This record gives sequence, structure tokens and C-alpha cells, in this order.
Amino acid sequence: MSSTKCSVPFSGTPEQEAKLLEVINSLRDEQGCLMPILQKAQDIYGYLPIEVQTIISNELNIPLEKVYGVVTFYSQFSLNPKGKYNISVCLGTACYVKGSGDIFAKLQEILGIDNGGCTADGKFSLEACRCIGACGLAPVMTVNDEVYGRLTPDEISGILAKYE
Amino acid sequence: MKTLAELNAIREEMEKTVGFRQETNDFADDYKYHVLVCGGTGCTSSGSIDIINKLNAELEANNLTNDVKVVKTGCHGLCALGPIMIIYPGAVFYSKMSVDKIDRVVSEHLINGNIIKEFLYPEMVNEAGDITPLSQTPFYKKQHRIALRNCGKINPECIDEYIGTRGYEALNKVLTTMSQDDVIKCILDSGLRGRGGGGFPTGRKWQLAKDLVKGGQKYVCCNADEGDPGAFMDRSVLEGDPHVVLEAMAIAGYAIGASQGYIYVRAEYPIAVDRLNIAISQAREKGMLGENIFGTDFSFDIDLRLGAGAFVCGEETALMTSIEGNRGEPRPRPPFPAEKGLFMKPTILNNVETYANIPQIILNGAEWFASMGTEKSKGTKVFALGGKINNTGLVEVPMGTTLREVIEDIGGGIPNGKKFKAAQTGGPSGGCIPAEHFDVPIDYDNLIAIGSMMGSGGLIVMDEDNCMVDIAKFFLEFTVDESCGKCTPCRIGTKRLYEILDKITKGQGTLEDLDKLEELCYYIKENSLCGLGQTAPNPVLSTLRYFKDEYIAHVVDKKCPAGVCKSLLRYEIDPEKCRGCTMCARQCPAGAIEGTVKNPHVINSDKCVKCGACMDTCKFGAISKK
Amino acid sequence: MEMINIKINGADVQAPKGSTILEAARLANIDIPTLCFLKDINEIGACRICVVEVKGARSLVASCVYPIFEGMEVYTNTPKVINSRKKTLQLILSNHNRKCLSCVRSGNCELQKLCKDYKIDDDGLYDGSKTVEDNAELDCSAAHMIRDNSKCILCRRCAAICANVQGVGVIGANERGFNTVLTSAFDMGLGETSCVSCGQCIAVCPTGAIYEKDFTDDVIAALSDPEKYVVVQTAPAVRAALGEEFGLPIGTNVQGKMVTALKKIGFDKVFDTDFSADLTIMEEAHEFLDRVQNGGKLPLITSCSPGWIKFCEHYFPDMTENLSSCKSPQQMLGAVIKTYYAEKMGIDPKNIVSVSVMPCTAKKFEVGREDQSAAGVPDVDIALTTRELARLINRYGIEFNDLEDGEFDSPLGESTGAAVIFGATGGVMEAALRTAVETLTGEELASLDFTDVRGMQGIKEASYDVAGLNVKVAVASGLGNARELLNKVQSGEADYHFIEIMACPGGCINGGGQPQVPAKVRNFTDYREKRAKALYDQDAASVVRKSHENESIKKLYEEYFEKPGSEKAHHCLHTTYVKRTIN
Repeated sequence: MSSTKCSVPFSGTPEQEAKLLEVINSLRDEQGCLMPILQKAQDIYGYLPIEVQTIISNELNIPLEKVYGVVTFYSQFSLNPKGKYNISVCLGTACYVKGSGDIFAKLQEILGIDNGGCTADGKFSLEACRCIGACGLAPVMTVNDEVYGRLTPDEISGILAKYE
Repeated sequence: MKTLAELNAIREEMEKTVGFRQETNDFADDYKYHVLVCGGTGCTSSGSIDIINKLNAELEANNLTNDVKVVKTGCHGLCALGPIMIIYPGAVFYSKMSVDKIDRVVSEHLINGNIIKEFLYPEMVNEAGDITPLSQTPFYKKQHRIALRNCGKINPECIDEYIGTRGYEALNKVLTTMSQDDVIKCILDSGLRGRGGGGFPTGRKWQLAKDLVKGGQKYVCCNADEGDPGAFMDRSVLEGDPHVVLEAMAIAGYAIGASQGYIYVRAEYPIAVDRLNIAISQAREKGMLGENIFGTDFSFDIDLRLGAGAFVCGEETALMTSIEGNRGEPRPRPPFPAEKGLFMKPTILNNVETYANIPQIILNGAEWFASMGTEKSKGTKVFALGGKINNTGLVEVPMGTTLREVIEDIGGGIPNGKKFKAAQTGGPSGGCIPAEHFDVPIDYDNLIAIGSMMGSGGLIVMDEDNCMVDIAKFFLEFTVDESCGKCTPCRIGTKRLYEILDKITKGQGTLEDLDKLEELCYYIKENSLCGLGQTAPNPVLSTLRYFKDEYIAHVVDKKCPAGVCKSLLRYEIDPEKCRGCTMCARQCPAGAIEGTVKNPHVINSDKCVKCGACMDTCKFGAISKK
Repeated sequence: MEMINIKINGADVQAPKGSTILEAARLANIDIPTLCFLKDINEIGACRICVVEVKGARSLVASCVYPIFEGMEVYTNTPKVINSRKKTLQLILSNHNRKCLSCVRSGNCELQKLCKDYKIDDDGLYDGSKTVEDNAELDCSAAHMIRDNSKCILCRRCAAICANVQGVGVIGANERGFNTVLTSAFDMGLGETSCVSCGQCIAVCPTGAIYEKDFTDDVIAALSDPEKYVVVQTAPAVRAALGEEFGLPIGTNVQGKMVTALKKIGFDKVFDTDFSADLTIMEEAHEFLDRVQNGGKLPLITSCSPGWIKFCEHYFPDMTENLSSCKSPQQMLGAVIKTYYAEKMGIDPKNIVSVSVMPCTAKKFEVGREDQSAAGVPDVDIALTTRELARLINRYGIEFNDLEDGEFDSPLGESTGAAVIFGATGGVMEAALRTAVETLTGEELASLDFTDVRGMQGIKEASYDVAGLNVKVAVASGLGNARELLNKVQSGEADYHFIEIMACPGGCINGGGQPQVPAKVRNFTDYREKRAKALYDQDAASVVRKSHENESIKKLYEEYFEKPGSEKAHHCLHTTYVKRTIN
């Protein structure tokens, strides 16, 4: 869920569009196909800008507003591209009681971005997430698919340095 | 596969494989060893896949691939000690494994047959150095595994291993020997209640879906949108034993007359999604899903639908509107889903853990299941233990087990000698249970009576360092975030609850605010459209009920007794203890500490941001928070 | 009908099976307040203002959607219920812009009324952060309306009527939880979307979150400018609803008082759009016969409703050639005033300010369309809604209900019964049939009542044997119905010759510019039927009931246009369309 429209110019390729149309065509006859199509579209483009939502709206013959309403309802759909490295900090209960709020604050401070934001160079994006089920490792954050557990705020800059 | 005989043939073939993995060695296998490595989310996160790769490479190098079978399983439950490896025979349980330990496992254990004690799960080795069988360790001793029976025991990506544990036999029994009503009666008699939170009798749900509307398209849905923070039992079942859910859904489909099932699973569970996809295609291949299952007239198929990050979609009508491709907003009930559910057709929705009990009930009978648990809550319940507890992980205990047994015996108590303060069950819908209810047998009705609820089974332990007002605020923040925004009480009411709590944690609350808070809580419970809103105030109400003194301390004394609420904290340096080493002043991010070398330092509370860095860095224990 | 026995507040009540508590209570003369509920349109149980106690239920239930069952015991007024409603109102107010004094809906706001009824004396009790700040920017991008989300209470009536009834769906719930807002995709201004300007959202909004652009000040400025010759025309449906703004019963025909009021306000001439409705029939009937006889594009579809025209351009761009090229009656009269009438009276059309009073908000969009300026200046300058006229009358201090009946000015005030029924769905079709049949057969019709095309059903079909020709016609009102009908036409499932489409359900009597009918009335009364009846009664009482028998129309052709479809008529009375995209 994001309340901002995308400020990054759209750079979708014809290949991506062909792939999206293929997805739409394979799913369009299924009842309730909008969600799976949006999920696959986000896989293809990385996010769901107006250009992509318009294709889906036209192809499925449903109002763009309805597509947008669904996209903005679910936190997994994004109107903004993710950074090259997407950082998620678990704010689930187990992690929270073990101090993941401090981890998150530290990241905000270092990267200078808020929840859902992306650094100006497109390198890091930051989000808070719900339990990823690694409660035994609390507090936990992930950088793309890499999981970092039993964190302390002091370790953060060292971890980020690995991706610089 | 069309007959029981064919099924039995596979089972007999697999029985020695699966049976080999028991503490008592009743079965011999062609392999000398089975090495089970947990491939659940917890252990995968801490590197179990690398361990499997390394193990396979070592086995190859030592020419042991014909002697040692490596199995990637689902979750064993002891996530805190991952990555976990269990070697059979003997159920030798190695915890906190890492890639660099593998060559020793191969050379010492798998080649020379010696157990490596220092790798063992510490609870398995007593002070004298003797080894306790895994099943007798405190964590496992009081557990009784029905829903989790195959988790950590079988390869979830292999349907034959599932069949080896009598998998799909219940489906065969149902299709070939039972009527729809027989099945429903069996589930009714078992006393099974929904494990997703509400505790509605499962058999009753099925009966309504069968009888309210006769014939026509109906649906069976599985709620795998486990969203309670800190709860992960459904994920473990899906990762460890996906076929049990498919089998149970097919049984439900037969019982109510449905031919299509949907599993609504969180997209945040990629491993579970993968394994479900594999399981569905294997089941289709084997004819356990599809047309004319076991040669009968019954046809049933299952599709996956991925959630997209909305807690409210765990609510049954919201889940259905989401599958229909809409914003996941709940619908008013009635009409109930049993009459008008998914796509306005009769639908049943059960959660993963509920389904995981079904095949066992069919095979062992309703009485067997009903013999476990309390009067109105039968069977077992899986809990995800988390928070301030030594054995973080997944446990399954008979209904009626006390909180004390779960926390002290199974969970190993609170770390660092801290004092237990409360256990939170039911996630954002539940409440905090104080120590005074430590010996209440846990079941649906008792939990409600003491102001909490079963929920899906998250059990978070809090100690003296947790502020209960802060915890209530945490849950409300979650609810505010996850409220769908459709009805007024939940959309605006929970926001206002959160704002009042925030005010209190900042020391700006008044006694009137406490009354306002409580009144608003009852209003939201009574007036909200769906279960999310109706239960959202529970964390506030239960903390108000049991920890009113903490609220009062925040409001009247402007103090946070647990020392959590930053606005109410003050850090002070004891001039007697301070040696003037200047460490704290250098550490302080706000430049709030003044003082000269070798002279006691002072904290300027106007500048202090209460980060606690000074206290952490002081070697002399001169800094305290008040 | 199977009846169910229940008890409400201790008294026995019988209601048909399938009724909701709200409906059953109404049968027992018990009013339960509602905010989000619109029967058949928005049955979502979201606002929770209608909660009641049901014996045995775990919590309070939303009476608007809760079906009754045998033996049910309902309590609608217990302290718990009253306190809950109060809290709901207080919570709504905590997230609402409470600048009521300057609100267009002050006095007929459904929220305000409830706050008064429930004695909400502490409107700031739960004040905290707001979803939309009071001073947030308004959306003024559309030609016809303004959205002020700081007054939105998330009842979603607008979204429901836009998507479910009109099949347009350019406005809906976005984001989630406390951040939920009723907006368009990507926060586009409504003017950037494919909104068709029908204004049905305004008609159903309980508060001042959506309202028409008010041009009354412009009218007053024109009236006080001595250089300007200010004429006004009123659409057929206005007379059937204006009285509601002055407390008269729904369905009161106030034509005479309205004319008097307009004259008192000071318009130089008060003309009747009914006149140009007759003119439309002359042109459209001619166009129809021409298309039938010369193999033109069929079905011919009416073009009176600018909401429908915009809808067709966005959603059925391939069918714009099916649209009649006739301007709408508003524009036709505007064109006639600034050409024929101006010439006749020797007035420079540039000095004429042509005002229209319409039941419609799309008319505000229509006056600004291309190819609507027969005299080189816009045919119509200012389009007001019925509601704005009521405001104007009040501002001029006119005691409306005490006025004597007045007469429209001639010659552009003369009309027939055929014209006045333009205001109801099927009316244009019936009027056209009266003229077309007599023209084709050359014989006088025995009965002028084409009842097959009357009534409030969304889609009506009929066929008539006329001089050996089987004429198939269809009538749709409400754009969802129009879409359904056109899909059938496009797929070849239906082959009509002539179709009447009105954007608003029930036709202009239920236009987006008509007096707002509170949900409390709307849910239980067929106000559309009542308003339509006022028009059909006027038709029945008319001496002349066929457009081609309107003497002023005949004269207009004699003096100016020669004959229907002439080159001059085409220049003045016909227009062109564009193809638009969907956003």
C-alpha cells in the first residue's frame, strides 16, 4: 500500500508487455482472476504503475479505479519500484519485544528514508513487515533474500556496507 | 491410482522408509542412516539449505550416497535452535548446525557411528553426560502431535512418503465406505472445533453447507492466510505436510458436495506455496485430485490463491471477497458462507490446522479424538511459542494443558532469570493473561472467560521488561494498520483507541482518558462489522483488566514501571559510581552528557533522547533509568 | 407472500419473508436511521448507524442488511443502541470537516440531521488526526461538480451508484483502514477520468462531500448587467421536482409557480425547453425516417442526455455514428434563441445570456462542448440545476408556495404533451412514435399512449407495425442498463431500429441535478414514479399532444428552417461527436 503516485518514469519494455498479455490471456477466464494477474504483473515489472494497471483494466474490461482500489488495499502491491536492495524489518510481536523497532529506526536514520521509501540512487528501499516466521532469530531483517537475525542496532551500518 | 490395493502397495513399500524414522527401530531400511534436515522457514533462514548441499557433497565424496539418505523435512518445532538435523536410527537431534560442522557429522557419526555430544540438543544430555531420548526431553515430552505428526518426519515434496504414513487412506475410506452424512457425523462427534480462532464446530459448518442449499456448485476453502503476528503453525503444516491439507479438503468436498477447493495462502510463505504446488501436482498425477477419485463418482480439484498482505483476509467473508478479486473487505453476515459464500455459492472455510486433524479423525474414529482434551474442546492445539521464552518454537499439546506446563515445562521458562508477566494469546484479537491464571487449563471457553481467546495459536510470553500499555498500543497499531476501513467503529474507533494509548504512553493521559478508552473498547466490540473489529479492543481490555496499575502509573505518576515508554523515562548517572571515563558522553548521540575526565558526568534530560546507549556502554553500572 | 412474525420493541409485527429488520420496522412505523444504506444499490452494512439489539445475538446487528426470522425479537431504542449510535456519530464527526455553516448541504445534510436528533453536544469528543485535513485541496477538475473529501463519511453510496448502477466506476474506495478515501485511480481529478457527469453521486451523497458547481452568482451578475438580455429555459423534469425544495409533496407539478418565480427574479424571457423537445422530435423523426429509407446507420439512438452522450463517446466509441446528430433540447433552444429569436427581435446574440435550468449536471459539461455554437457564441451560457434554481429563488426572497401560476413567454414557450414527457424514461420514444407513426401512415392515431415504453424498468422493448414496417424499439435508462442493451446490439443479439437512452435511472426526473431525496425517503418510496406521474398527467391534460402539431414549431419552420433536416436546420440544430478513451 502506498499513498504516493510513482515519480520514477515508466520504462517497461515490449517484452514485459507481451509477457503481461500472455498472463492475462491465460487467466482471464478464471473467476476472480484480478489478484493473480496483479501478482504476476508485479513479478514482471517489479511494481504496478498506472501504465501497467491501465493495460490490465483495458484487457479485463474493468474500471481502472477498481484495479487501483484493489492494488492500494493490499500491502504487497506497490506503486513504486523497489530499490536494488530491499530491506524488510520484521515488526511482528516476537521481534518487536526483542527490539526490532530500534533496528528499524536505525535504518531510517542511516538511509534517510521512511517506511515504503526508496533511496534517491535507487539502491535501498525500506519496509516494515509482519512476522516472517523466523521468530527464533528475533529481531530479524532481510535484505532481498538474505536473512539477518539476532540483530543489534550497532550491526546495521556494517551490514549495509556489504551492499555499497 | 484407482484402488485401495494400489494405495496399500505404495504404503507398504514406503512404510519401512517412514517407519525407520522412529526412536524405536522397528523397521529396517536399505539405508544405514536417514539424515533429516529441517527445510522449514526458520531453519532455511539460518542456512539449512547450505547444510544439505554440503552434506550431499560430503556423502558423494565419501561414497556414502547409498548408505545415507538425506531428507529435507518440514519444521520440527524448535525453531530457536535451528538449523536442526535429526539422524536415524536413534533420533539423534543436532541443534544449531552449520556448514562447518558437517564434515565431523559425516566422519564421526555417519562413518564411525559415534554420536557427537557437543552438537546434540543440550536437553538431550544430562549433567552426567548421559543421553536422554529426544521424546523424553522437556520440550517434546508433554507434546502430543496429531496435526504436526508428519512435520519434520517426512519429505513434504514426496507424496509416497505421505502415503507411507497412511496418507490418503482416510479419503479412500470416506469415498468407498461412508456416506456424506457419515462423514459429517464423524466430524461432529469428534468435537473438532475450528482452529483458526473462532472455535466453531467444524462438523456443524459442514452440515450447514451440505443441507442449506441442495446440490449445485459449492466450494471448499482453506484459510492459510495466517496473519497473527508471531503465529506460524499453519505455515509449518503446509511446509511439512502439505498433502494432509489436500486430503482433508477432498474429504470436506465429498461431505458437502463440492468439486472445487481453493487454498488462500499468504504470499509471504514462499516455501509453503512451492510445496503446495508440488503436492497438488503430485496428487493430481496420482489421481488423488481430479476426476473420479478412487474410481468413484467423486471429482475434486484444488487451486491456490495467494494473499497479498492484508490481515483482514483471514476473516472468512473477506477471504472470499479477496478470492473473488476484490478489496478484501468483509461482508455482513447473514447470509453465512454455508449458504452464500465464495462467488455467492455455498462454501465452507476451515483453517490449515483444522484440516490437518481430519484424516486422523476419519481413520481413528471420532471417539479417539474426543477422548483428548477438555469437555468442550477436544483434541490438541498447536501453539507458536515466542517472545521472552527459552524454547521458541512450535508445540502441540492436548487441549486443557495449563499455561504453566506450556511455558515452564515445554517452553523452558523465561530467559535471563526474568519474571513472567503475561502471556498473550490470540494475536491482535486476543488478550494478555497474567500469572494468576497460570494454572487455567487452556481451551476455547476458558481463554474467553479470562479475557483472551484461542486465536490461531500464537503464544507470546512477556516478562517484567515489557510494558503492558506499550503492548496494547503495539496491537492497536497493528489493527489500525490492518483495518479494512469499511465500517465506522473499526476504521475510526481503533484509530482513536490507538491515539489515546499513544497519549498515555507519552505521559499525557488522564484518568478520564482511561474511562474513555474502556467505553470506546466496548462500543467497538459491539458495533463492528466483522470479527477483526469486534475483537480489536481485546488487547486493551485485557491489559486494563489485569494491569490497570500500569495504566494508572502512566497516567497519574507519569511513570512507565517497565521502563519502556521513552517519554516517561529518565536516565541518571550515580555520581558515586561514575569514574568519569567519558565513554558515555562519547557514545551519546544527542550530546546530552556533560562532564570532565575523571569527574562524575551528568545527563541533561532536556537533550536526552532516551536511547539507552550510555547505559549500555557504562562499565561501572553508574547509569540507571527511572 | 409468506409472512414472518417478529416482535419489535415488544409489539408484534408481520413482514414478508426476506425483509430486513429495517424494512419490517418501517412497516410498523418505526424509523431506524441509516447513512450508508441505499436499497438495491449499496447494501454493505458499513456505517453501523442502523444497529439494533436482537435478542440472542452476540453483538448489535446492522438492521439494514439483517434478515428477519420467525420469532425474532428486536429492540431499536435501548440505551445501548442509542449510545452506540451516538458514538458512531461522534466518531464520524471526529474525522469530518465540521464547517457546517458554509456547507451547501447545511439544512439538508443527513449527517447533520442525525447529530441533531441524537443531541450530539460534544462533537469534538474523539478529535484526533484526520484522514483528509479540513483545508485539503478540493477537486474542481470536472465541469459539473466539486469533491470535498474532508466531508466524506465513507458511506460509499457514490461509489456504488457510479459502479453498480451506472457501470462507470470512476470513483471508489482506495487505500485501506483509516486512510481509506473515496477517490479516482491514482488520485486523478474527476475531470481527467471518464466520468460522464451524470451527477448521480451528488444525488446520493448524504453530506456536502460531493456537490454541483454552483453558477447562481454568474446568473445574478448577468441579471444585473443592463447590457445583457437574459433569457432562461426550464427542462420538462424541473417542474416535477422543484416543489420538493419548498416542502411540497414529491410529484407536485409547479410549472406555473416556477415561471412566475423566474419572472420575478428578472429574466427578460422565460422559455420552455419543452418547445425544443417538440423541435427535437421533428428533427429526430425526420432523421430516423431518412436513415430507415436511405439505409443509414441503425439503430438510431437518441441524443438528449449529455451524460449518455459522454458515456457513449468513452465506452462505445464505435457507436457514435448511431447517435442522432440532433443537439439536445437545451442546446436546440439555445441555438434558436441566439439565431431565429435574436434576428426576429433584433438583438445581437453576443448580448444574450442564455440560462438553462436543468435536472441535470451533465448539462454543465454540455454547454462547453465543441460544435454547440450556432450563432458563433455558445448556444447556452449557463446551465443551472434544479437545486441551484431553488437557491436562487430563496436568495431573491420569493415566497414560492404562495405564487400565482404564470405562463411561459411566446413563441418559445409553447409546447405539447409530447414534449413534457421527455422528462421521464420512454418519453422521447413515445413522443417520437406519435409523430413518426402519423407521418409514415398519414393517418391520425387512435390512441396516443404507447404504454409499453412507459414505467421505471431499466430496459423496455416494443415493436410496432407501422405502414407495413415492423419497427423495433428499445428504451434504457441508467447507464448500466444502457451498457447491457448496447452489448446486445453489438453482439447482434438484438436488432432495434430506434433506441432511447437516458443516463439517469428513470430519466431526467431522477437527474443528478434534481432535489436530493434523503435515503430515508428514497429507500421506501418510488419517488421517480411520482415525479414521472406529474409529467404524464400534464401530457394527458394537454390539448395538443403531438410535436408536429405545435403551432409555434410549424411557424419556426415556415419562417426559418423551411423543413426538418434542412441545411439551416443542420447548421443550427445538429452537432457532432468525438471518440474518447476510458480512464
